[in-house]
Amino acid sequence: MKLAALSEDKVRADLRGNGIRLRIGPFAVSIKADDEAFASTLHFLYQDFPLLSSNEPSEFRIRVDYPNGLRRWWRRQVRFYLDDVQPFEPFPSRLALPFFEWGLNWCIYEYAHDFLIIHAAVVERNGRALLMPAVPGSGKSTLCAALVIQGWRLLSDEFALIRAADGRVWPIPRPIGLKEKSIEIIRKLPGAVDIGPTFMDTRKGNVAHLRPPGDSVNRANEPATAARIIFPRFQRGAQNQIEPLSKASGFAKASDDSFNYELLGAAGFDFLSAVIDNSECFDLTFSDLQAALDLIETVVADS
Amino acid sequence: MSARAAPDDAVLLQLLRSPAAARELSPRDWEDVFWQARSTRLGGRLRRHLRDENLPPVVQRRLLAAFTEAEYQRRQMLWEIDRLRRVIAAVAPDFILLKGGAYAAIGLEIALGRPAGDLDVMVPFEKIAAIERAVLANGWEHVIIDEYDQRYYRSWMHELPPLCHRDRETELDLHHAIAPRTSRLRLDMGPIFKAALPIEPGGPRTLAPIDMVLHCVVHLFHDGEIAGSLRDLVDFDGLLRHFGGNEFWSNLVPRALALGLGRPLFYGLRYAKRLLATPIPEAVTRACEAARPSPPTLALMDFAVPRALVPAASPWASAGARISAFGLYVRSHWLRMSMLPLLAHLARKSVRRWKPRPSEA
Repeated sequence: MKLAALSEDKVRADLRGNGIRLRIGPFAVSIKADDEAFASTLHFLYQDFPLLSSNEPSEFRIRVDYPNGLRRWWRRQVRFYLDDVQPFEPFPSRLALPFFEWGLNWCIYEYAHDFLIIHAAVVERNGRALLMPAVPGSGKSTLCAALVIQGWRLLSDEFALIRAADGRVWPIPRPIGLKEKSIEIIRKLPGAVDIGPTFMDTRKGNVAHLRPPGDSVNRANEPATAARIIFPRFQRGAQNQIEPLSKASGFAKASDDSFNYELLGAAGFDFLSAVIDNSECFDLTFSDLQAALDLIETVVADS
Repeated sequence: MSARAAPDDAVLLQLLRSPAAARELSPRDWEDVFWQARSTRLGGRLRRHLRDENLPPVVQRRLLAAFTEAEYQRRQMLWEIDRLRRVIAAVAPDFILLKGGAYAAIGLEIALGRPAGDLDVMVPFEKIAAIERAVLANGWEHVIIDEYDQRYYRSWMHELPPLCHRDRETELDLHHAIAPRTSRLRLDMGPIFKAALPIEPGGPRTLAPIDMVLHCVVHLFHDGEIAGSLRDLVDFDGLLRHFGGNEFWSNLVPRALALGLGRPLFYGLRYAKRLLATPIPEAVTRACEAARPSPPTLALMDFAVPRALVPAASPWASAGARISAFGLYVRSHWLRMSMLPLLAHLARKSVRRWKPRPSEA
């Protein structure tokens, strides 16, 4: 059963009660929250996500709630908890949903060492996955959103998850976080685009979320084999270009973009080697989205 | 089970006592296990305990993740030991590895999946200045620059203020004793240094098995906070299971009493047996009665220790757990300092809390 099968009122009530339990990619997540706007945005963005059956334990129990006392009323704040751990300072309450998204990211890179985790957007077409590893601000989410709107399957706009030396990447299709000008650029693209509310003045500027396509969410248990790795870099005014990269350089760059490459030791090397062995690597510098998409098409065209 | 059950019924403890308990757990129980294992950092050890059980996939993944992280720390620990050996070879090639460093270096089962943090080593008091100079000249730096805190360590503690390697960011604690200098334990370190055993000829040593076990309980019951130290009790349990042969058991209590460490051993045996079902010969328990505390003290400890060791209720610990943790924190200070310095220390700490730090001024 999907979250959409529950009414918004039911979702709100469950978030206040025993929690909403979702499968998000490979992860089983319980969520409690006490906020109307959070409930309706979650209901919208996560509508296609499957509910956990009652006999499945969740591995992350997350609460997004308000402190007691003055802060509950005056310049209202919201806190993020993983069980009894509060990894961040509170946020203004209107940012509950982006806070949840960042908090869940934190849970994954802090605890999900059952995977090699690379900070990368991942999309797939015709069974071949394209990884775009990059630091924040390099345009990976924007490229990812545009490719998904063109029909690529979304695996993730944030994490490439690898758990064996088989070159396969596990999906965790979640709402794609768009920042600042990207929000309008993506909204204007042709095609059906569902974007949630815009959250103004977060620590990353304005943020809005593209709802992951139902088909991508439905196929969240289907890994895809890596075939191309493109390291994107957005640079204002730069000439748009894509250049091949040696496998050795690709390996070095991808391991730099990993959260836990060193932590996994020999397994991390084996997992990443399999991905690189299967893939051709490229550096992409761009200042224009359409030009970047055209360049990507030249190197992913099925041969 | 309810989140407010008695602390020795915490699901994590049930699993540590008996791996077969895994077959009976509900999904909600597993969620509590994930949380308790995260907060006690025992997930990697739990994976070893449950290695013969058929576990749900999500449980396997969570335990694998914790184990992987702990193994990374164990590798780092072995590398730190290797680096330190090179730096202090000229001054004290036979330095003594304590706690996790020792378990890893001699390859004990309990080191597998055990998260390792700081490297703790011990050398005789008269060598500690030379070693401090050697490590400071080779990339380690003092973490604590504040003069009062530096003096606190040097005057009252059994270790130097913590050092940190500036590139690897790993912490090194240089000890000259296994209990604070001011401690009520009044420990004679001579026999402990004498009994230490080389790991390989001419290289670093570890404490003799009995002393290693005693240090583990001294650390648990006399050295800082008990809250969240279930890991130390699990170490203690694992050490007893590993070393517990006839000779070990017959010498354990006499050695503890001779060193004045009967009381922490008494507590260690009591709570290991109670919470982790550690197999302890009846004769050993009886012999250790000599170190039994007064009834009111014991009643207090029986109430407080299990609650402080095991996280009580998610998302917030029960009020009971928080109160026990604070009481034990005061007690551990009480035990390692005499009254006058303790009052001076606590007063100083309170005043400083209200004074702006230089960076904020």
